[in-house]
Amino acid sequence: MCTYQTETLTVRGSAKTPEGWTTVTNASVYFDHPVHYPAGHALLIDLLNPAMGPSARVALELCAESARALATSILHALDTAPRELLNDSGS
Amino acid sequence: MTHNLRADTVTIKGHHDDEIEAYLALPTDVESGGSMVVIHHMPGYDEATKEIARKFAANGYAALIPNLYFRIAPDASPDDAAAAARNLGGVGDEQLVGDVAGAMAHLTSLPTSNGKVGVIGYCSGGRQSFLSGCRLPFQAVIDCYGAFVAIDPPAESPLKVKGLLGEADNLTAPLLGLFGADDTFPSPEQNEMLAEALKAAGKEFTFRTFEGAGHAFFNVDRPSYRPESAVEGWKDIFTFLERTLA
Repeated sequence: MCTYQTETLTVRGSAKTPEGWTTVTNASVYFDHPVHYPAGHALLIDLLNPAMGPSARVALELCAESARALATSILHALDTAPRELLNDSGS
Repeated sequence: MTHNLRADTVTIKGHHDDEIEAYLALPTDVESGGSMVVIHHMPGYDEATKEIARKFAANGYAALIPNLYFRIAPDASPDDAAAAARNLGGVGDEQLVGDVAGAMAHLTSLPTSNGKVGVIGYCSGGRQSFLSGCRLPFQAVIDCYGAFVAIDPPAESPLKVKGLLGEADNLTAPLLGLFGADDTFPSPEQNEMLAEALKAAGKEFTFRTFEGAGHAFFNVDRPSYRPESAVEGWKDIFTFLERTLA
């Protein structure tokens, strides 16, 4: 099915597109039909800069298990990083 | 018979007379024949949907795909445009019907048109095909596993549409529904709800549910593809069109 269920958030960071590095300002996270990953559904992440148009997008399509592992790894990396360095990330 | 064809990107007038992009596939050896509006699925105005339009042309029917995301992302790739459309909650029903009406008008204006037009859609386009068949004067309507025809989307969904059972009374043409037994949106139970509504409305319809197939079994480049179901489904489609668009 097309779930259309989408988590959206604002972010501060950069991502590399075919045109090179760009600023990203928004993200979408959803579980729906992937375009390329060979499964019926996947966890999809878009990092976006809407001000630069729809093509300013870095997309990820992950199986559910991989997505959970990635989320866990991201949290672990943040939880174990020195606090003073976290304060240096521009948040 | 496999017909000769040509396929081009064209501009048509859609909802509110907006100029939108569309993909037109035409058999070049048919003097007069029926035509099809092809509604693309949620992943967009993509290569797979264009291949479907060319299949109709190769079988003797002019086929036109309006790019439903053209207003949102006119120059973007189909996947980027689909992502942008998703963030806006998809395409609203009024705009969809307006764009399909524009596609229908473009097809009937072709010198080779016999005046008869059908509509087909897949996945989200299946729902939109049924909706179009209830709002516009088609001669054939085909719904391939359209979700949220019989039921509303979940309350938490940002999708701004509703179920369509209340529109069944207005269906303008025979309906062919092709579904997968293993699909959950639409499930066989939801399809039965639609069948009951159509019976109550006295509408002509044929539903076929393929065992061993789930959602998107026509989609040749995805793992959901079920060749036996798809081949049979295409036979059903062309048999239906011979009867309704000749």
